Amino acid sequence: MLAFAIRRMFQSIIVLLVVGLVAFSMFNFVGDPVDSMLGQERTDADVERVRIQLGLDQPFPVQYYKFLQGAVKGDFGISYRQGRPVSQIIAERLPATLELAFVSAVLAIIFGVALGIFTAIRRNGWAANTIMSLSLIGVSLPTFLIGILLIYIFAVELGWLSSFGRGDVVDLGWWRTGFLTKSGLLAIILPAITLGLYQMTLIMRIVRAEMLEVLRTDYIKFARARGLSKRAVNFGHALKNTMVPVITVTGMQIGSIIAFAIITETVFQWPGVGLLFINAIRFVDIPIMAAYLMLISVMFVSINLIVDLLYFAIDPRLRLDKTKG
Amino acid sequence: MFNKIHDNIFRALNSDFLYSFKHSPVAIVSFIVALTLVLGAVLAPFYAPHNPFDPATLNLMNGFSAPMKPNQFTGEVFLLGTDDQGRDVFSTILYGMRISLFVGFAAVTFAMVLGVSLGLIAGYVGGWLDALMMRIADVQLTFPGILVAMLIFGIAKGFTPIDQRDQMAIWVLIIAIGLSEWVQVARVVRGATLVEKNKEYVQAARLNGRRSGGILIGHILPNVLGSVLVIATISLALAIIAEATLSFLGVGAPPTKPSLGTLIRIGQGYLFSGEWWILLFPAVTLLALALSVNLLGDWLRDALNPKLK
Repeated sequence: MLAFAIRRMFQSIIVLLVVGLVAFSMFNFVGDPVDSMLGQERTDADVERVRIQLGLDQPFPVQYYKFLQGAVKGDFGISYRQGRPVSQIIAERLPATLELAFVSAVLAIIFGVALGIFTAIRRNGWAANTIMSLSLIGVSLPTFLIGILLIYIFAVELGWLSSFGRGDVVDLGWWRTGFLTKSGLLAIILPAITLGLYQMTLIMRIVRAEMLEVLRTDYIKFARARGLSKRAVNFGHALKNTMVPVITVTGMQIGSIIAFAIITETVFQWPGVGLLFINAIRFVDIPIMAAYLMLISVMFVSINLIVDLLYFAIDPRLRLDKTKG
Repeated sequence: MFNKIHDNIFRALNSDFLYSFKHSPVAIVSFIVALTLVLGAVLAPFYAPHNPFDPATLNLMNGFSAPMKPNQFTGEVFLLGTDDQGRDVFSTILYGMRISLFVGFAAVTFAMVLGVSLGLIAGYVGGWLDALMMRIADVQLTFPGILVAMLIFGIAKGFTPIDQRDQMAIWVLIIAIGLSEWVQVARVVRGATLVEKNKEYVQAARLNGRRSGGILIGHILPNVLGSVLVIATISLALAIIAEATLSFLGVGAPPTKPSLGTLIRIGQGYLFSGEWWILLFPAVTLLALALSVNLLGDWLRDALNPKLK
């Protein structure tokens, strides 16, 4: 277990170093940072001064080391477009994205697991079949079309919910939350459904497939033969044993939720880091792109690491296999 | 020679493959839909009512005409209506689909060439080269493809001179989507190569004194092409959606050369003012295209998988 954990952590660190190298190269090779900081009227002395100030006169490994040092402290320089520190801009916008991701993950897990169990137990019922066919359409629809469709139904035609922004937010000093106002809560519904729908169908399909697999096994037959109630068999015996793959997939999907938030945030003009990133790409704002890249890799890599370790901790069979092999 | 061609045609017509196609209504319908859309897009210059890329043929007075209703100023009738600039929606969809399909096919071809060659080499040669490539693949797989494509698009945009960015956007898009999809191809091809290279026919070829390059291309490649074909089809659907998503987000095809995604982006602006046709028709076209290609890919996977027979 310990050896596995150490090896896994080592791998994660290498991934982060590689991503860091990519982000660092973006700074240095895409456009000239000196050019973007100095205006038209500059002297050679100015250029030299800025080069030394930015540390561009030092050898490559030293520059990379300094970049990593800055990145660990959260220092990514100044946005080319907004002229403010990148860390400050991101810190302002991160709460919006995290709240959105949190709500859609919760929705996806609750409805995904519930519908998965339902469709597995009532395998041939008409309701289960309808849900399965609908989920197929849900998977094929691109995220942005789902968002537009929801806006059309609930904002344009029915006029129940707002179609853009976060509504009123409450400033807690270090975190601006939309959870405490009515308009904030109403505003998060549509984006959260848009973002969580794909993950929900995915979780539903996996829970269903795993449940069907487990329901066929001998110990379920035996449990039924013992006369246990349906409830005890389905939830106490079957559901428990389907949880391992579900946790893995769910964990991996949390990373995707944060990445796909870029699309949802654009459709709903949600003021989070995803919208910031898309605008950074459109205006080639390298510091923000690099910082977003690092931020999201740290999230992805740590989520993957935690999921792998959890996997190991939850399923005793895996531990046995590893020590033998 | 002629006999050989005749033989091959005869074999193709009597194959399991065709049998499975004829007995799958889903496959037939999606094949017809996909073929109609592709032909419709390719032949667009011959029958489209307008050329939306030619500003000289546009009349701003025609703007916002509803489908099949005469325009209130000019009295012209448009099958699917017009957008804000008076462009015929039917024609913009046809021309937009050309761009979407071109980017899709080019990106998939690029991903296939890269993925197949790297996968073959990694699987056949092995050693540190294999380890290096697979580690790169692992790092890339940590991130969703669409994010990788966005990032590559952003970096490539930084490299292109500002005055050429609009013209280069399509090519940058192709490279970005292609690079985001090669990993899956490389992994599948590598896996298949690892299996194939230990089989007797490869050993026989080696004993015959064929060089590694010849064995790879002449013997192993044809035997892994089946799985490549399946991924290529599914990748095409993914690439079309990826292109539409990027263009929709404003980091893809420019408004002067709109793809389906750009058209949906334009249409979204008129959702609240009641001009539903500017949005609806491109969206439905995109869905039909992506769904039919996707279903074809699904069927292909089942048809080529001997385990399911």
